[in-house]
Amino acid sequence: MAGKTKVLIRRHTLVTRITHWLNVLAVSLLLMSGLQIFNAHPALYWGAKSTFADPWLSMTKQEIGGEPRGITQVGGLTLDTTGTLGWTGREGMREARGFPAWATLPSWRDLGSGRMWHFFLAWLFVLNGLVYWLWGLLGGHIRKDMLPTRKQLRLGHVLHEIGTHARLKFPKGDEARSYNVIQKATYLAVIALVLPLMVVTGLCMSPGFNATVPWLIDLFGGRQGARSVHFICAGLVVAFVLVHLALVLVSGVWNNMRSMITGKYAIETEGGAA
Amino acid sequence: MSANRRHWLRAAGASVAGLWLAACDRLTQDPTVVGVLRRAERLTYRAQRAVTDRKALAREFAVADISRDFRANGSTRPDSEAYQAMLADNFAGYRLVVDGLVEQPRQFSLGEIRAMPARSQITRHDCVEGWSSIGKWKGARLGPLLDLAGLKPTARYVVFHCADTLEQTLDGTGQYYESIDLIDAYHPQTILAYEMNDATLPVKHGAPLRLRVERQLGYKQAKYVMRIEVVDRLDAVDEFGQTRLGRGRGGYWPDRGYEWYAGI
Repeated sequence: MAGKTKVLIRRHTLVTRITHWLNVLAVSLLLMSGLQIFNAHPALYWGAKSTFADPWLSMTKQEIGGEPRGITQVGGLTLDTTGTLGWTGREGMREARGFPAWATLPSWRDLGSGRMWHFFLAWLFVLNGLVYWLWGLLGGHIRKDMLPTRKQLRLGHVLHEIGTHARLKFPKGDEARSYNVIQKATYLAVIALVLPLMVVTGLCMSPGFNATVPWLIDLFGGRQGARSVHFICAGLVVAFVLVHLALVLVSGVWNNMRSMITGKYAIETEGGAA
Repeated sequence: MSANRRHWLRAAGASVAGLWLAACDRLTQDPTVVGVLRRAERLTYRAQRAVTDRKALAREFAVADISRDFRANGSTRPDSEAYQAMLADNFAGYRLVVDGLVEQPRQFSLGEIRAMPARSQITRHDCVEGWSSIGKWKGARLGPLLDLAGLKPTARYVVFHCADTLEQTLDGTGQYYESIDLIDAYHPQTILAYEMNDATLPVKHGAPLRLRVERQLGYKQAKYVMRIEVVDRLDAVDEFGQTRLGRGRGGYWPDRGYEWYAGI
């Protein structure tokens, strides 16, 4: 009875799986159309208005030593990003634009189409998010699967989890039945903080909405502040997705993919008495 | 991982990304897809109208907030001979035409417009590109000005014909124009500005008259307003099947893919 047995458990419900993949579609296209919109004025400011001479972030084409270069400036930092940001594309086919053609929807410069896509996808994103949240709150998914247990919140356990994560050792057996505390904290930060902030800051960029709910934009120090927070949150989403994909790859890519498609997730149990 | 396998993976990744990008571009050019996206745009517009108090005022700022670097976009100097002649004459010969679905078509000189009920406001100008500038505007309120001509019961939209041509076209649809509905036309902050930051409105910002319709994006703030036409529909066609106003979507930029209701 000492051998290890693989058992399939029910990991993700149908609602989780459907909303997850709709979100993948919506967020990736929102990102690409968002970069198209950003490219119309690839500079960010704080406060209510643009101080054109002094953005905190900008992507420009500049002549340096008689040669055009893509220059990205973030705060006091100046980076040469020729080919990728500011002066983009392959040698000989370069264009002066913030993000390159491969990152935007559509690939060519077209603010009108970018906005049309963005506002359409925002509906998909918001409705999908509402379904997830309503179902998650009423059906217990948030409480049972997402909120850390008291045991998980003990400092010793959190430090232990950070240690095992850093060595890319993932929970096995019964511990793999539920999300670990780092997973729970990250997922909660994304679904409860970053994604709702994207919606709120997005609404704050509408002058019509500003007049209706004037106090909301003050939370971000004004419209340009809201635009900056919108961009930063998009960056956080990209960072989350990159780490998420990397961890999906190293913690058993086929098992993870199967669980998000069919719902079934394989875990190893001691003695086969599952 | 062997170099061969790495190479294969990279090629596979590149072709998936390539297909994805090509699909995105194809969809943007597909009329059915664009139709669906446009329907969502109308949903956005209706949703905003549903939650927005149409009489709500746009935020007004303090003198200290005024931008010193207010950017001028679009035309910054109309090149038509008629405009140049008026400018040389300091707009002494300028007459704002008000016609269309009005009881009494009128013409107003700048002196007459300056004597009308006026309003001053320091507001934020939000360009569709993403930047914002804050400026102080003074101008004649559009509502009382329209009342001098008297609207006919069928009136629904107010169209602003401008002096600038942004694109040279054979059919004349490169002429700048914009339009708003009557609720926005009678909104207290909707003015025909002749002053900016306590000085005569500069040419690059739309002299002699510029529409300020706060709560909407910059391209609605029509510059170089020459004629106000009151209409019942924006997509009317003439006897040759040609749209009477631009390409029928209510404005130079709406004709080119931007939202007519630029509250977003």
